[in-house]
Amino acid sequence: MSAMTTTFYVASLVALVATALAIAQKNVVHGLLYLIVSLLAVALALFALGAPFVAALEVIVYAGAIMVLFVFVIMLLNRGPQTVAEERSWLTPRMWVGPIVLTIVLAAELVYTVTRTGGPAAGAAIVDARQVGTALFDVRYAIGVELASMLLLAGLVGAYHLGRRGTRRM
Amino acid sequence: MDGVPMSNGLIVAGLLFSLGLIGVLVRRNVIFILLSIEVMLNAAGLAFVVAGSRWGQADGQIVFLFILAMAAAEVAVGLALVLRLNDGLGTLDADAASALRG
Amino acid sequence: MLDLLWLVPALPFAGFLVLVALGRPLGRTGAATVGVGSIAASTVVAFLCAAALVALPAGDRVFSQTLWTWVRVGGFAPGIGFHLDALSLVMMLVVTFVSLLIHVYSTAFMRCSEGFARFFAYMNLFVGSMLVLVLAGDLLLLYLGWEGVGLCSYLLIGFWYRDPVNADAGRKAFIVTRVGDTAMAIGLFLLATELGTLEVQALMERAAVHWLPGSTLPTLAAALLLGGAVGKSAQLPLQTWLPDAMAGPTPVSALIHAATMVTAGVYLIARTHVLFALAPAVLAAVAIVGAATLLLAGASALVQHDLKRVLAYSTISQIGYMFLALGVGAWSAAIFHFMTHAFFKALLFLGAGVVIQTLHEEHDIFRMGGLRRELPVTFWTFLIGSASLAAVPLVTAGFYSKDLILFDVWASPLGGPWLWLAGLVGAGLTSLYTFRMVFVTFFGDVQARPAERPGPLFTVPLLVLAVLAVGGGFVELSPTLGHQPHFTEFVRPVLPAAAHVPGRATDVAWLQIVAGIVSLASIGVAWAFFLRNPRAAGALARSPALARVHHFWEVGWGFDWLYDRVFVRPLVWFATVNVGDVIDRVYDGLAWSSRSAWRLLTVTQTGRVRWYAGGVTVGAIVITTLVLFL
Repeated sequence: MSAMTTTFYVASLVALVATALAIAQKNVVHGLLYLIVSLLAVALALFALGAPFVAALEVIVYAGAIMVLFVFVIMLLNRGPQTVAEERSWLTPRMWVGPIVLTIVLAAELVYTVTRTGGPAAGAAIVDARQVGTALFDVRYAIGVELASMLLLAGLVGAYHLGRRGTRRM
Repeated sequence: MDGVPMSNGLIVAGLLFSLGLIGVLVRRNVIFILLSIEVMLNAAGLAFVVAGSRWGQADGQIVFLFILAMAAAEVAVGLALVLRLNDGLGTLDADAASALRG
Repeated sequence: MLDLLWLVPALPFAGFLVLVALGRPLGRTGAATVGVGSIAASTVVAFLCAAALVALPAGDRVFSQTLWTWVRVGGFAPGIGFHLDALSLVMMLVVTFVSLLIHVYSTAFMRCSEGFARFFAYMNLFVGSMLVLVLAGDLLLLYLGWEGVGLCSYLLIGFWYRDPVNADAGRKAFIVTRVGDTAMAIGLFLLATELGTLEVQALMERAAVHWLPGSTLPTLAAALLLGGAVGKSAQLPLQTWLPDAMAGPTPVSALIHAATMVTAGVYLIARTHVLFALAPAVLAAVAIVGAATLLLAGASALVQHDLKRVLAYSTISQIGYMFLALGVGAWSAAIFHFMTHAFFKALLFLGAGVVIQTLHEEHDIFRMGGLRRELPVTFWTFLIGSASLAAVPLVTAGFYSKDLILFDVWASPLGGPWLWLAGLVGAGLTSLYTFRMVFVTFFGDVQARPAERPGPLFTVPLLVLAVLAVGGGFVELSPTLGHQPHFTEFVRPVLPAAAHVPGRATDVAWLQIVAGIVSLASIGVAWAFFLRNPRAAGALARSPALARVHHFWEVGWGFDWLYDRVFVRPLVWFATVNVGDVIDRVYDGLAWSSRSAWRLLTVTQTGRVRWYAGGVTVGAIVITTLVLFL
């Protein structure tokens, strides 16, 4: 096993553990921080798969922008210390049973599906930024790019309008 | 240099997705729900990149890009809605916003 | 001239429409003018058409007029068409002329009643429907007229609807005749599906060609038509409605329940006699029904004390004679008796109406008496009518028609001594109860004085009918009395002559003598019991041996009691038991199950996001499983 594959497995492990911890936190900021760790681990895994461009994007956009947005909103909400007590009351052990059972079934099926196919190894070659860029400007994805930009515009306008507080009620 | 078997990569993505799903189903705080949704999207993206890497093409990464753009837009609007929810109901309890019942 | 045939039913219908629309603004005089005028015009046209028909050569006296095609479905295309031949000519003339006299009488009789215009509207509608019935060239159109007269009967019996007794009587009449009408409708369906047409002439030809005498189909069809005739003509077992129908105004009783509507059954059988000839079993049933009815009703008439009820039972009995005649194949005799009966029975009813009205609605004959000096015109005309009903020999129309029936019953291969004996006993009963009625009402001491003498609008129709009650019989004189069979010859192309067993055909003379003796002897018995020694009859009625019989006959041989027990009570019981309506429960159950499903499904709509997310997960699991493992 080469260094890259080892890296991939280690990073995956870290991501999984961090995610599990993130969703079980009582304090929302702690959860966010664990999630950032998870995202960084995933970025490393992506790099290990020979996709440096998206690894960088993962760090910059996902961990850097989206998670920061989360932090800002939590600050704006300004809910204070009673949230922890709240979470404790909401997050009884009994709550976990149903979802875990359902998810285990689904995950089992997923694993079953995947292992049936098998297939050659991934990540043998590195697909760098140049290749991604060339493929993006190809006619196949041109319309996708345009749509994505329109989506972002829509998100921008929507978020601005919905986020206005105080002066006008919707 | 040999790479990671595709099935293994997909299994990792699947497990990450399941964890995100658990988070959505278990947590009552809407912030945590949004968080878990991000986890699920991330896992999906990982799956795409694994698949693209298996074929040695850039398509997987391009789809990851699209997923990223979509996640960003969705988080922006979603968090604005969370602000609204907090203003209107005074709480971040997802179960409190159940007026559309019956 | 014959092209104007359609006016004969149309004019009364037009009168009806005018009276319905403009009844109130017209006032009493206007309404009476329209009501009587439309009938008068119809009568004039009827006579002109009759003259035109008679002017045709003897073998050719048929006229058909189709106005339009009513329905066209598959090969079945009944039309609105009128058919004038000897039979329908006789019916039409009798109906229009007697209706005219009764309408004139009604203008005076109903002068103080509310709903004057409504009365004439209903009467016009009735006459129109009756004319449609007798002139119809197609059995479906006949059925239209049939139903129309049934409706008018209901409306007119319950004319003074504010009294629930009248409304009940109207309902009873309608429901009982409905039973018969349903049987007739099924019979019409059978005929239409088996023979493809209901147009009378074509139907009769096809029946004769396709069906063997005595086979199931004609027997069934004839039996069903007989059911309808029995209902409309108030014969056994559907006779219970007619005595109660006397709750209506007397002109109604005269017109509908004596002269015209109740003879519709007789007309139906005569019109479809080819079909009945193909079903000997049914024909025998017709004769038996007629014989039984005439005896039953005669006995009941003997013990009634309501003047109109005596006449009602008398009508049932006389129509029994007509059915008896039809049953032995004496078609023309039945129609002849219909004609004379229309005259004298209408006369009797109109006279009774005068008596009742001038005595301030007194119906009980035992509270009347000595009216022959108080109401002379009424008395003499009533006497003439009674004599005709009792078939007093030689001078009355009733004698000739009843005599013809008795002879045909005796001499026909389908008849015989027993049926003849029934007819003879019935004749005796008829004289007895008729003159009982006359003696008790018009002779003896005056118990109630009439308020006034009737005016010309009352007396002229009475006089005209009295003339006809005497002279109407002279168109058919038997072989022993001059042999002038004009009536039978006239209707022969339509109604074949009755068959006679060779040995019995010569017994005309002594049959007449026997009948005459019976009739006169019964009058004598009536005189003895009700005039010379009135208390004797009362004592006899109250004697222990006969009191029960008296009561049994008075309630119409218990048919009302029987029908109440067998039909009415179970139905009422069922209705009360089923108040919650079983059938409704089925639909309620559907609604309930729908609502329950809703309640169940509402549980899944919690409004909570995580619940829905859980739902999505479950769905994903299900689909994945399906895809993977199935």
